[in-house]
Parts: sequence; structure tokens; C-alpha cells
Amino acid sequence: MELARRPWRPLVVSVPFVVLGIIFLYPFALLTVEAFARPDGGYGLGTFAAILAGHAFHGALFATLRIALTATAACLGLGSALALLIRFAAFPGARALGRLVDVYLAFPSFLVALSLTFLYGNSGVVHTLWTSALGGSAAAASRSFLYGFWGVVLAEVTYYTPFVMRPVLAALDVIDRSQLEVASSLGERPWGVLRRVVIPELVPALIAGGSLCLLLTMNEFGIILVMGVKDVITLPMMIYGKAIDEFDYPAASAVAICNVALSLGLYFTYRQALERVPR
Amino acid sequence: MSELIHSRPARRLLAGIGLIVTAIVFGLPLMTLLLASIAGEWTRALPTTLTVAHLRAALGGTPRAALWHSLATGIGATIGALVLGVWGALVSRRAPAPVRRGIDALFLMPVAIPSVSIGLALLVAFSRPPLLLNGTVALVGITHVVLVTAYAYASAQAGIARLPAAVEDMAGSLGATPSRVLVRVTLPLLLPQLRAAAALGFALSMGELGATIMVYPPGWATAPVEIFSLTDRGALFTGAAVSVWLLAGTFGALWLFDRRRSSRRAGSARDFSGT
Repeated sequence: MELARRPWRPLVVSVPFVVLGIIFLYPFALLTVEAFARPDGGYGLGTFAAILAGHAFHGALFATLRIALTATAACLGLGSALALLIRFAAFPGARALGRLVDVYLAFPSFLVALSLTFLYGNSGVVHTLWTSALGGSAAAASRSFLYGFWGVVLAEVTYYTPFVMRPVLAALDVIDRSQLEVASSLGERPWGVLRRVVIPELVPALIAGGSLCLLLTMNEFGIILVMGVKDVITLPMMIYGKAIDEFDYPAASAVAICNVALSLGLYFTYRQALERVPR
Repeated sequence: MSELIHSRPARRLLAGIGLIVTAIVFGLPLMTLLLASIAGEWTRALPTTLTVAHLRAALGGTPRAALWHSLATGIGATIGALVLGVWGALVSRRAPAPVRRGIDALFLMPVAIPSVSIGLALLVAFSRPPLLLNGTVALVGITHVVLVTAYAYASAQAGIARLPAAVEDMAGSLGATPSRVLVRVTLPLLLPQLRAAAALGFALSMGELGATIMVYPPGWATAPVEIFSLTDRGALFTGAAVSVWLLAGTFGALWLFDRRRSSRRAGSARDFSGT
């Protein structure tokens, strides 16, 4: 309000931005500088060109997109199916289950990877049952599917499906029930009501949940790290490898900048999708 | 809400499918993790003996230190993020719409960025003058504040949007100074959102791995980092036991913070919509 009466006001207003500037913007500015730094002390596009031309980067980009898209598609399918079952089959405990989904969101993702190791890993419950059912020692020597592409996808689907279920459950809550009854009484079969009345109402929620899922699965790191998947290198894994194993900070920074650009692009798409979701 | 399926057997069948799929997809992994933390001998499909040795081992030596580090980081980062996020949300409230959109973007951006990149950026920036923090505990705290602030900001903003503006104006017109209005009126009204933000922020900080693994100083691993290094060297059961304590601590705190609210709205901050 009146600047004269409260001369400290600009100071008070600027504090959060100064702090965030130092701990968030300044690091990313220096990350950019690092990516463009040349070994001789000058600046240039050398690191970027080398990274962007390399097979490692192309492979990582492809793996990231392939995992994220596959996991998101599976999350959308499983998440909307489970949400529909919870709401329409109306079984006892369905409400509690819906609430449990929320609690799940506070669970760290890498623990899913650890859990799945015990369940489907080489010495896990399912793999042991499977190999003992097959009997032979050849079968016992087989490697579980878990340590590859599908293992990562399974872990991500396990962890991220609730992120689709939540908006879909919320959207199902606001569907006008009389609409469903009218459609039914006009002779539409349940499947038809679902397809023609319910699903169209869910589209904004599916877009919002799906793009959130896509963003989070593209950024996912803990699951792949803890699972010990050696042949699936995503962009975050490549950044980690370059920085921690090879101490090559300029290369790591260049990959990080590409990764950040990709994620931010997706994020702003998500924000726009979200604005169309009825809340 | 059973307008769609009128036939009872069909509804039962679908309900059964729903329950079984949920149990297999979400319940089974968690149960297996709990089982692994108390498994003694596990050479067949299921453990043949049970033991508390892993859980006890996880409360001694480096795992114990790691759990303390996580707890301390979680509490510190949550407080820091709440102050920063609420402060930012209060400032953005008075800003004109275009400026507010910019502030939103700034505060919410960290949630969209891969955590490894945030860790790398902080590592690169604070490994050189003028701010040399590489290898210090402070860098871990700062990293977690960066990651959690967005959720605090989004929660505070959601709370501010629901504030009855008249109450604050009234307090002001009755002669209360702005700082008094803030402390006595605004913040108490925001308390439910702040509590939810604190719970969520604490849980996220306790489980953070990607950025922490880039910046943690030697000897100061947090519980997630410790779990990774344990499982990486094959100590799977101790890793599972540390995970169980980590989860117990996280959900204990969530329950403590959040018991007076429906968990539904608490979770919604994770959508980071900022609206």
C-alpha cells in the first residue's frame, strides 16, 4: 500500500524471491554455464554437440520416452478400470480403498522397486515358484523379467497408477447420476452408458492424470537405480552416471539441460490440460 | 453409486475383480517388503523362519545414523519450505495477475524438473566460490527445501484462495497492524493447509533419493541413500528393514500432522496445480 509509511515493504516482498533465486535459479544458471564451458576456459557448443551426436544420448532419450509412454498407457488403462470398479461395483470398503490411494502417494517410489525385487526378482517369491514348477536346472538359471524394460514399466505402473485414479475418481463423483439413469431407462445397456455417457465425462481427468503420469515417469530415477537395471539407461540415469561415475560434469550438465527442457515443456502442457479439468 | 450395474451377481463379480487386482498390484509389493524385513531363512518361495534381527540391525550403526539424518533433513526442510512457500504465496496474492502467473511458474517449476538434475545443478553451483557448500550437510538441507517448497507454496495458495477476505480487512480496519493481522488472522486460517503441506513435504523429503544421492556428503547418507547402498551391495533384508522403519517414521508423522483432516485433500497438493 503506502510505500512512505512502510519503507521496508519492498524488502519483505523480495525475500522469497532472493532466497529462491540463490537456491534454485543460480544453480540452474551455473548448470547452463557448465554445459557450455570448454576445457580451455572459453565457452562453446562443443560439449552439447558431442552429447547430442552420441549414441548414448539417443539411446537414453529413446528409453526414457519408451518407458514413460508405455507406463503411462498402462497407468491410464489400469487406473481408469480400477476407478470405475471402485465407484460402480460399490463393494464394501471401496471408499476406504479410494482413500488408501491417497496415502500411497506419500510412499517413496524406489521402495516399489525394492518390493518387486522380493516378489519377482531372481530369488523372489514368484520367480522361485515359477522355476520350481518348471523343475529343470536350465529354468532355475533363467533371469527374471524384472531387470529390464518390463520390470521398470511394472514398477512405474505400480507406483503411478494412483496418480490417474485420483482425478478419475474425483471426476466420477461429479457425474450427474440422473444422466446415467436416463440413459439406462432409455434402454441403453451398461456398456453403452459407460462408453457414451461416462467415458466422455472422464476425458479431461484422463488428460490431466495421464500428462502428470507421463511427466513423473519421464523424471523417474529411484526405481531404475534401486532395481539395478543395467541395460536400461534413461536420461536421469545417464546424468547420474556421467556425474557420479565419470566425474564429467560438463557432459552431465548438457544432458541435464536437455532433460529439463523436455520435462518443462511437458509440464506446461500439463498445466494447460489441467485448466480444462472441472474442479 | 450402482446405477450402472443392476444385477447383483455381476456387481459381486466386478467387485471381486477390483479387490483382487488392487491386492495384487498394490497390496502384494508392500506385504512382501514387510515380510522381507522379518524374513530369517528365505530359500524357498516363502521365508521358512522369521526374525527381528534385520529390524534390530537397521536401528544400529550406519542405518540408524541414516534414519536420524533423514528425520533431521525432513524436519528442517519442511520448516524451511513452509516459511518460503507461505511467504511467496502471501506475496503473490497481492500481485497483479500476470506477475502472479510468473511467481507461480517460479515456485512450481522444481516439481517438473527431474530430481537428479536439481541435485546436479546444486552440486555444480555450490562447488565453486562464492558459495562453497560442497560436502556440507547444509547442501542436503537446501536441496530438500528446493524440492519441497513447491508443495508448500501450492498448499498455501490453495488455502489463501479460500480465505474470507472480509475477516482480514475487518481486523485491519479495527486498527490491527499488518503483521498482527498476519499472525493472528491469516496464518491461523491457513493452518489446515499448512498442516497438510507440512505432512506432504515431510513425507517427500523422507523418501527423496534422486537429488540427495548427487549432493550428500560422505558419512551423511540419508535413509533412502542408505537403502540403496545396502541393496546395491546385496544386503537386501537389512535394506528392507531400514525401509520399514523409514515408512513407519513417515506415516507416523503423516498421521500426527494430518489426523484432523481428511487425507483426500492432503493428497491433492501433489497435483501441484497451484489453483
